[in-house]
Amino acid sequence: MISMAGKTISRWWALFVLPTFVAFVIGFVIPFILGIWLSLCRFTTIADANFIGTKNYAAAISDPEFWHALWYTALFTVVTTVIVNVCAFAIASLLTKAIRGANLFRSIFFMPNLIGGIVLGYIWMLLLNGVLQHWGKSITFSGTYGFWGMVLLMCWQQIGYMMIIYIAGLQTLPGDVIEAASVDGASGAQTLFHITIPLMMPSITVCTFLSITNGFKMFDQNLALTNGAPSNSSELVALNIYRTFYGRAGFEGAGQAKAVIFFVIVALVAILQNRLTARKEVTA
Amino acid sequence: MNTVRKTTAVIAAAVLTMGVLSGCGGTGASSSSQGRVYYMNQKGENNEQFVQLGKLFTKDTGIPFDITTASPGNYEQTLKSELAKTNAPTLIGLDNNDFPNWVDYCDDLSGTRMYKDLQNRDYVLKDGDTVKAIPFVLDRYGIIYNRAILKKYFAADWASIHSEQEVRGFDALKKMVEEIQAHKSDLGIKGAFTSAGFEASSRPRYGDMLPHIPVFYEYRDQNTTVIPSKVSGKYVPNLKKIFDLMIKNETVAPTQLSGATLDDAISEFALGDAAFIEMGSWAYPQLRGKKVSDKDMGVFPLYMGIPGEENSGLTISSNYFAINSKASQKDKDATKKFLDWMLDNDGARKIVTDTMGFETPFKSYAKAGFKTKNPILRANDVYAKRNCYDLVIRPLPTAQWALTMADAMLEYAQGTGPWSKVESSFVDGWTSEYNTVHKS
Repeated sequence: MISMAGKTISRWWALFVLPTFVAFVIGFVIPFILGIWLSLCRFTTIADANFIGTKNYAAAISDPEFWHALWYTALFTVVTTVIVNVCAFAIASLLTKAIRGANLFRSIFFMPNLIGGIVLGYIWMLLLNGVLQHWGKSITFSGTYGFWGMVLLMCWQQIGYMMIIYIAGLQTLPGDVIEAASVDGASGAQTLFHITIPLMMPSITVCTFLSITNGFKMFDQNLALTNGAPSNSSELVALNIYRTFYGRAGFEGAGQAKAVIFFVIVALVAILQNRLTARKEVTA
Repeated sequence: MNTVRKTTAVIAAAVLTMGVLSGCGGTGASSSSQGRVYYMNQKGENNEQFVQLGKLFTKDTGIPFDITTASPGNYEQTLKSELAKTNAPTLIGLDNNDFPNWVDYCDDLSGTRMYKDLQNRDYVLKDGDTVKAIPFVLDRYGIIYNRAILKKYFAADWASIHSEQEVRGFDALKKMVEEIQAHKSDLGIKGAFTSAGFEASSRPRYGDMLPHIPVFYEYRDQNTTVIPSKVSGKYVPNLKKIFDLMIKNETVAPTQLSGATLDDAISEFALGDAAFIEMGSWAYPQLRGKKVSDKDMGVFPLYMGIPGEENSGLTISSNYFAINSKASQKDKDATKKFLDWMLDNDGARKIVTDTMGFETPFKSYAKAGFKTKNPILRANDVYAKRNCYDLVIRPLPTAQWALTMADAMLEYAQGTGPWSKVESSFVDGWTSEYNTVHKS
């Protein structure tokens, strides 16, 4: 038996989905299809494009800097995902204990998220260059400096956000299971690894998904902090695509092709990660 | 009742959808029966003056004038997205390096008054025989110096050079720079040269402006003004000489160059902390009114030990106007009207010459006595009097070539890469860039 409200929804849903759907089509579906089409074209402005087949993909794959950017990004993503999630989880469990000022700390840790990437990049550039000046260097001295600079920035920005998600997860943990474990004499580590973490898997799934995709897609912080310098050695994939697209005439299509390749890679990684972590989810 | 509810729902949904779409609209296009001028400005330092110029134009003619200026280093990106819009720019600012990318968007300008008004038609940019872009400003660059500091140096008993006139080639320049650096505390400065920064804003000074000198001589040796498919690299050792001189005698340690900006260098010079800066006349608006007075600004050509360079003057570069070939006829006409107006109107000529400080290549300006007082441009008068030849900037294969050069030079400067990488970027980079873009 469908209720009155349910009946109305089943008749009217299409109308109410319409605004969001139109936005989705305009903001995502059309650009996406147009993007795939453009990756098969030679063009200077998107208004006049000529079909040239898969040449752009050949140009994209044969660019050594693209491969460098891919590995550099993969490494960056792995490092930041691990650091961000471990730290966020640790801080979250700290701040769900009864300590004074927990709410204040939560707000403070969350704050870096409210600052835009470009601003953050420039601020960190000043800070890091100020410190490195002590040794007569700057953040763009080598790709390695840039890498750790970006890791630092990313962690500083993301830990607070992930922490909030973990706090929400920790607060919904069923107290009885943990109590039962402590009655049975489980140690702190045992409780953490056998009770808390398995129960927290939904939050972990969300957080790892977010940090992996954030890592792969990072652009503005990279642009502001190092802009790929020196010699494009601190360039993440998103910046590489941007530079290919805008860097020189005739390479817009190659940049577009790189973007499509990049999309496929990120989608595959995200799906794989979701499968892996979701499989570990349990219910109390 | 039901119809009322239905109607309300439909309207609500429609309104919401409109709200979503409102973000997609373009800028309110000012439609005018006389067409419009939309200028895509490449000279960021003159943005305000162009706005002023546009206001005056609209006041005089009633034709709307819009302008967009890109942030530094983002010109081509901005131009690319602006050109894809319905209300695309009608007037485009270009330089030598960007020109090949936009040839297809440049209208034939050979019939315009501005073209006929040029004092020297050799400097226009052409595609085959078609005139595609006209220079509207002549810039000069070289090694700008602070005359007050040099006077102190000339007077010192340890100085081996005693006047500006003695500096007529690389050897004298080198001796002077090194002595100034060695006695920087006696002179009360932080270094002979300002920082040779490689941050994006400053990078073109080394990857682009400096290599243009050896490139000029390559063109001369090959007896061409059209971009050659190969360069010999004969003058790369000379490039090394001047670059070494700059990075060894500057205000900061070479390992910090990757983060040093153009603003850093300009303020070092403007505040009298350094005697020399490699820069051009377009920096004058930022230099004037600070510690270095106009009469204390002089410029040496970029000497690098090339035979015959004692007869060279300052490097000359231009910025060009092109009319968007895809604009409507009405807008093209309005834009041409703007160009004519710029040539004839006294108010416009005053803004261009005095406020912008531009040296213009037009007969009408010269005839009416409009001549800029920009000391960096006037510095060339000394060389012109001596009949020195201009170092003209010739087309580079791509903007990417200059970026790769800058990368290799930075690595060399901070000690993380060999000079041979600069050589190969110059010679092999030229061939490969030429083949990628020009050979098709």
